[in-house]
Amino acid sequence: MRTTKRALWLAVGLAAIAGAPALAQSWEFTGALGAGLRGYTEAPLPGGDNRRLFPSVTFDGRITGDLGDSDRVVLSLFSRWDNRGEGRSHTDLREAYWLHQGDGWSLTAGIDKVFWGVTESRHLVDIVNQDDMQEGIDGTAKLGQPMLGLSLYGDFGTFSLYALPGFRPRVYPRAGTRLGPPLPVGPAAYTGPGGRGHVDFALRWSNSIGDWDIGLSWFEGTSRAPVLMPTGPSLTPIYDHISQIGLDLQYTAGDWLWKVEAINRAGQGPRFNAVTAGFEWTLPGGLPSGADLGLLAEYSRDGRDPVLAPVTIFDNDLFLGARLTLNDLASTNLLAGVLLDARSGARVMSIKGTRRIGESWQVTLEGRFFNTPAPSDPVAALANSDYLSLAVARSF
Amino acid sequence: MKRFAIAVLTAALAMPGIWSGFSAAPAQAQTASRAAGRGLEIAREAERRDSGWRDAQVRMTMILQDRRGNTRKRSLRMMMLEVPGDKGGDMSIAIFDSPADMKGTLLLTHARVGADDDQWLYLPALKRVKRISSSNKTGAFFGSEFTYEDIAAPEIGKFTYEYLGSKPCGSRSCLIVARKPAYRNSGYSRLITWFDSKTYRVEKIEYLDRRGKMVKVLNLADYKLYKGRFWRARTLTMKNLKTGRTTVLKYGDWRFGTGLSAATFSKGNLRNIR
Repeated sequence: MRTTKRALWLAVGLAAIAGAPALAQSWEFTGALGAGLRGYTEAPLPGGDNRRLFPSVTFDGRITGDLGDSDRVVLSLFSRWDNRGEGRSHTDLREAYWLHQGDGWSLTAGIDKVFWGVTESRHLVDIVNQDDMQEGIDGTAKLGQPMLGLSLYGDFGTFSLYALPGFRPRVYPRAGTRLGPPLPVGPAAYTGPGGRGHVDFALRWSNSIGDWDIGLSWFEGTSRAPVLMPTGPSLTPIYDHISQIGLDLQYTAGDWLWKVEAINRAGQGPRFNAVTAGFEWTLPGGLPSGADLGLLAEYSRDGRDPVLAPVTIFDNDLFLGARLTLNDLASTNLLAGVLLDARSGARVMSIKGTRRIGESWQVTLEGRFFNTPAPSDPVAALANSDYLSLAVARSF
Repeated sequence: MKRFAIAVLTAALAMPGIWSGFSAAPAQAQTASRAAGRGLEIAREAERRDSGWRDAQVRMTMILQDRRGNTRKRSLRMMMLEVPGDKGGDMSIAIFDSPADMKGTLLLTHARVGADDDQWLYLPALKRVKRISSSNKTGAFFGSEFTYEDIAAPEIGKFTYEYLGSKPCGSRSCLIVARKPAYRNSGYSRLITWFDSKTYRVEKIEYLDRRGKMVKVLNLADYKLYKGRFWRARTLTMKNLKTGRTTVLKYGDWRFGTGLSAATFSKGNLRNIR
């Protein structure tokens, strides 16, 4: 079913490209080919997967073509192949859209990605695209979302309006693997009108006023995150119909960036609020070597119902982090941080660094370490899933 | 407080010795204001001669060289919009074409007079727009010896001026003006700027850090005249005297009046820039 849908979208994308008359002024093909190795540093939970090393191969490709001055078509594909059955092999059309640009407005039709927000530890207001769970648990990687989007921009800022047909349910890594769900995930249930076929809507206004960058957003439709309900030997993902108001705000003052993201959501148990707020401070003038050092602190609070709403680890958590940018020829940068749960004492440490080798190779090191004294904290499910991964990619 | 100040002033007036010590002050102040006036005049003339280009686009290659002589190349394009008048700040977008992993990365700058410039980065992999801080402005522009501050538009109102005199520069003569940043969070105390006395184009800038020590030198060479009025240097060499690193910017041909509008430079349009 999913494969046919995917093939259908691929066909739509290809048709859009093929249908575009050959008068495109400039076609461009870019992308990257990568290989990675993920290694788990601990023995698994009882009965879990005891293998430690998981190699995988990735492909990223993007075709862009301008049709005259105001029209463009874009097609991009991401693919990961994991041969040891962690359930991470997948291919996704990240983009397949046609863009028309006017003076002060643009129209997008097709599959695209939209990002909202300002904070680093949690992306609270960002809701248009589904998380690509097979790529990671941090919600950075996103699945392509079919949309019709209109943006107007000018002195009033930017107004964006989206109609979002074609809901993308989450796809998890294989059950029983380290970062996978504990039980197999069964067919999804949709509680809202129209079920899975509901056409979602999103609206956003954003503007920069002096040192303030502000965004107000509204979303009405199928929740991107499901409630995973145990039903016998499997989990049933329940996707509720929600409406969400979001605010993202950044105040830029010298060496300080002050950030707030907040949401108010209805549709998953009682209406609730959630907020992430904090700062990023950059050492003035940098380090003597010419490197830049930034320190981050963000606090998250979430008032959701623990049973009727999707589980979150950000219920009452403080994130502390440091960002190091060497400003060297290899563009070396490193971000390390720890998320501390104020109530349960659970800790998630993360580290990510990248550097370029030569002109077109890039190395990425990533690690996550989970620790909790409280078995009831959601982090407990990941307690033996500490990992380090190393990936190399060649861009073309 | 005020009464205290008056008391001190009265005491000073009552002491003849202090009068003699201050006697040279009015003349000095006059020289200083004359130097400031002449400096501003030169900067205004340079701006007057370079105004009216409306919008421009140019391609460039950035060559980064470390102390050991290792080099790396980056290619980028710039789009610029002139906002006329002393109050308006010019707008620009830098678009990275290579290295491949940086392709599509954008830097949008709205220059502001009397305040820090507004700058946003666009990260294409995440489709995320990030406002960056002033502190990052004194940091390196993508690993080069140019800081974000160096590449910002040198709006008249962003500096105070002091004319230092004229000196030969190559086969010509240059007017030397010290520009002092009037905005917060600058990495510099002064920018010693060498203007060619005939064309008013900038030949050289010496960057003095906050302690007054010269830290970088920018040389502008291979000037070409466009549309009979706009001089554009085709080779910019920034040498960092502290680290021994060098960045060379090689410009392609400039295109003027390409029809860019303010909407092109809005934050909401960044995701549509190619």
